[in-house]
Amino acid sequence: MIGDYTYSEFFSILAMQGFAGLILFSVFVLMALGLAIIFGQMGVINMAHGEFMILGAYVTYLCSNFVSNYAPALFPIYFFVAMALAFLASFALGVLVEWAMIRHLYKRPLDTLLATWGLSLVLQQLYRSVFGAREVGVTLPDWLMGSVALTDIVEVPINGLFVMGLTLAITVAVYFIMFRSGWGKRVRAVMQNRIMAGAVGIDTRRVDRMTFGLGCGIAGIAGAAFTMIGSTGPTAGQLYIVDTFLVVVFGGAASLLGTIASAFTISQAQSTMEFFMSGSMAKVLTLLTVVIILMLRPQGLFTLKIRQ
Amino acid sequence: MTHSRSRGAGFRMSRRQLMAGIASISILASAGIPALAQDKPPTSEINTTGLAVTDDTVTVGILHSITGTMAISETGSVQAEKLAIEQINAMGGVLGRKIEYIQEDGASDWPTFAEKAKKLLVQDKVASVFGCWTSASRKAVLPVFEQYNGMLYYPTFYEGLEESPNVIYTGQEATQQIIAGIDWVAKEKGAKTFYLLGSDYIWPRTSNKIARKHIEKLGLEVVGEEYYPLGHTQFNSVINKIRLKKPDVIYAIVVGGSNVAFYKQLKAAGIDMTKEKPLLLTISVTEDEIRGIGGENIEGAYAAMKYFQSLDNENNKEFVSEFKKMWGDDMVIGDVTQAAYLGPWLWKAAVEKAGSFDIDKVREASPDIELDTAPEGYVKIHPNHHLWSKTRIGHAMPDGQYEVVYETEELMEPDPFPEGYQ
Repeated sequence: MIGDYTYSEFFSILAMQGFAGLILFSVFVLMALGLAIIFGQMGVINMAHGEFMILGAYVTYLCSNFVSNYAPALFPIYFFVAMALAFLASFALGVLVEWAMIRHLYKRPLDTLLATWGLSLVLQQLYRSVFGAREVGVTLPDWLMGSVALTDIVEVPINGLFVMGLTLAITVAVYFIMFRSGWGKRVRAVMQNRIMAGAVGIDTRRVDRMTFGLGCGIAGIAGAAFTMIGSTGPTAGQLYIVDTFLVVVFGGAASLLGTIASAFTISQAQSTMEFFMSGSMAKVLTLLTVVIILMLRPQGLFTLKIRQ
Repeated sequence: MTHSRSRGAGFRMSRRQLMAGIASISILASAGIPALAQDKPPTSEINTTGLAVTDDTVTVGILHSITGTMAISETGSVQAEKLAIEQINAMGGVLGRKIEYIQEDGASDWPTFAEKAKKLLVQDKVASVFGCWTSASRKAVLPVFEQYNGMLYYPTFYEGLEESPNVIYTGQEATQQIIAGIDWVAKEKGAKTFYLLGSDYIWPRTSNKIARKHIEKLGLEVVGEEYYPLGHTQFNSVINKIRLKKPDVIYAIVVGGSNVAFYKQLKAAGIDMTKEKPLLLTISVTEDEIRGIGGENIEGAYAAMKYFQSLDNENNKEFVSEFKKMWGDDMVIGDVTQAAYLGPWLWKAAVEKAGSFDIDKVREASPDIELDTAPEGYVKIHPNHHLWSKTRIGHAMPDGQYEVVYETEELMEPDPFPEGYQ
């Protein structure tokens, strides 16, 4: 016996809490990956990241409405199509934004901060005008909403498993794109030395545009996936933005590995503490810890070694 | 969407007024000048403090957030208030004056609410204001209303602990919602243990404090009490804790975007609320919120409040059909929307009883004002400026509506400063 609980109860809870932590980890990685790519590669802090996510969520909402009205037979699998469309929509918007706004501001990083923040406000009001101020309900296929019972007590939510799988797939995909493809090589070359990369014939502007689009596209997929666990409304993106920035900054801005490590650290710390104390207190302690670590190590957990 | 709609309504109204104006001119022409001298009291008698009252019109204010995070919740209130005003005008207005309104946007920002309240009272001289939603916005405008002596009709169910001479609270205060709900689960469902859960701000905390006191008074047990920051989206840890404690009742006061996350994750974690093990009782989820959550995700939960759209009475049927006629068939009406609808009607009744628009006289006349045309049934203003009202228990259906399974026999007395609960 441990406290009031039998051993089997205790270990079941431990297992479920472990799953809860892993799910939170996946959510964090999914949120932060797009931002980390943009931040790391281009040094642009995209304050509208949350709104790109919500674009993905609204695309999912439209898909779910469309499919349930016109092709109910396809409803169980529409979610995959929705994610693909969410990626395309956010990617397209990202490319457009880069072309219209970001590229004029590369030499003024503080102004991109302000400009993307303005963009986030514009997008929020746009969603509000188009979809209404109220949150919309995204209907999900039934198979996504249940849970798998491993034992009497241990039940794992299917949507959590789905998010974990999705995160893994996207992380692997990003790894191959960034580190195993010719395009990734060009991206990294531009990141390390923009002028030299230009001199050897890399179209750095095109690389920038695609990178920004890719980051936004991943945000769109994340938004689509989060319709399973959260709300879809004009300002719902703001719910995620703080955690997203926390993960990216804590991980070290220019490192994808750092992002993953930091997502892991923060999610585990938070879910463990949430179990032993109230949610608000857990959040306070998490933030405090992050602040202290960043004071000691301002560059974040991991940094790329680049000759300056 | 809502913007263009509300603007459309404004146009509609002014067109109607124009028509009324034209009609009255023609009546005048045919019947001669004396027709004007109806039983309409002269403006100088019914408005001694310089409010915006003319021989034909009286101006009121509507002060809600139509932009920002709170727009989600406050849109319904604005719609209900405009409906009530339009209906009152169609009946001939108040003391023979048509109601005109000036709408200001609090923009989900509390200082903006205070600033706009001051503008409405000082510059526009409105005769009353229908507005605010969150307690924070009400607290922000309260000093303004007290300083410039305005009258605010506040629609939201809230934590109590307030009784201002310048506010009429048309929603329920905490004890009205909480006590009836807990009594019901204890008696009808045999609940013994409760897990209290809420978003981390004043309303859920105060409400849970009252709930805990009442639960312990009944000799039952609270096995957990927790708060999560506003906007929190990850509830897996607390769901595990609930599973571990095995309470009979999850008593949830989660609000805003967190609501959606909480109910979706609860369902995904395999807690089927239709089995009622544990049973979920909430005081924060109206039909409005269910639109975002999705009816299938909250099916089987119970809610304790004073109004549900499905209430079966003639007043309500009329109200629901008029509301949908004005704002569209896809509208849903929650507790607060109905409470907001009462505001203009209660004000009209008080003005007519007082025979004056003067704030002080309206205040004096307000206690014991009755309204038997309210969609929720009969309501009456208590001397403490809150409403006597019944509390109902709704059972959430997959279509996003509540089925009313219980209502208190008597009207619940509002008790904003409950003794023994603080």
